[in-house]
Amino acid sequence: MTPLVVSILGSLASLALLLVVLELIRSRRLRERYALLWLATGVVLTALSAWRSGLNTIAGWVGVESYPPAVLFAVGILFILAVLLHYSTVISRLSDQNVLLAQRIALLEEQLRGAAGRRG
Amino acid sequence: MPDSRVVERPASVAAPPALAELRRVAIVPALNEEATVPGVIDELRAFDPGLDVVVVDDGSVDRTAEVAAAKGARVLRLPFNLGIGGAVQTGFRFAFENGYELAVRVDGDGQHDPSQLTAVLEPVLRGDADIAVGSRFAGEEHDGYRSSRSRRVGIRVLASVVSRIVGQRVTDTTSGFQALNRRGIALFARDYPHDYPEVEATVMVFRHRLRLVEVPVAMRERGGGRSSITALRSIYYMVKVVLALFVGLFRRPDLPEEVQP
Repeated sequence: MTPLVVSILGSLASLALLLVVLELIRSRRLRERYALLWLATGVVLTALSAWRSGLNTIAGWVGVESYPPAVLFAVGILFILAVLLHYSTVISRLSDQNVLLAQRIALLEEQLRGAAGRRG
Repeated sequence: MPDSRVVERPASVAAPPALAELRRVAIVPALNEEATVPGVIDELRAFDPGLDVVVVDDGSVDRTAEVAAAKGARVLRLPFNLGIGGAVQTGFRFAFENGYELAVRVDGDGQHDPSQLTAVLEPVLRGDADIAVGSRFAGEEHDGYRSSRSRRVGIRVLASVVSRIVGQRVTDTTSGFQALNRRGIALFARDYPHDYPEVEATVMVFRHRLRLVEVPVAMRERGGGRSSITALRSIYYMVKVVLALFVGLFRRPDLPEEVQP
């Protein structure tokens, strides 16, 4: 059985995560599309922390009856991996776009200089 | 001699007189719509020869930008795909910075019939609305194109949620067939949602105390190209939009309420 204090601390921590994410969206420091995975993380971890018998059952399925909170760690780590992987794809896209923007600016500057040269 | 040679078309009505006195622009977002954009530009010209047309090419890989430019439209060519929200806002920024007093938004896929702009423009020209939206569901049943059943249900659910939030009945929160005055242009030029923008934009309009009026219109089937919304995406959009609406409720409007026309 999960120690009660682990359930309480786990619930508080994941609720805090949820609130922080929502506040970041509200103050426009986090866009909705990048917040969805964090929200899913918060919701699942809150549920697993608060729902003690459920955590025991799932721990039984995956063979860690001796210490059910290990499932909390595992699920938390999986979500963190998912968020990181997602961010890697986002960063890749941003750097591609950055290259494109730099190229467009170089082309535009050349055009502007050409136009100015023709006028002068 | 403006407005004297409106091309005769069966469904077309000549532009209202007050229109001719305003600097006005049509914003046409387009993503891979080379097949339909020229027709849309022609129809806009037929509706109102004094309407400037600006096509926002949202990173098309076909010849959308070239065919639009060949038709004499101004073309804003985005270096990569920004999504419909970013593309449309580019058009609003263009309209705002170039001092346009009136803007209409007509999608480049041909589903919006420019001859119906008379009706969409009317509340804005009369001064009754800052933003008028052509709605497929505002009036009686019509014989125009109807989208798929699941899509209609989604649109209705969103519409009823939004109606509740803003305290006014809105029926089509996904319509991009719109007319805006200078205040509307100014608001959207400064702040416009991403991804699937019309739903959030509707709520935003009310929070900034702008007046929005719906006008019944019929929409046509897409002339070519493909809708950018697939089944899996629409689920993601629903979740995202509901989240945005929910969080938006706790957000104060942080932009100036008064925008000088």
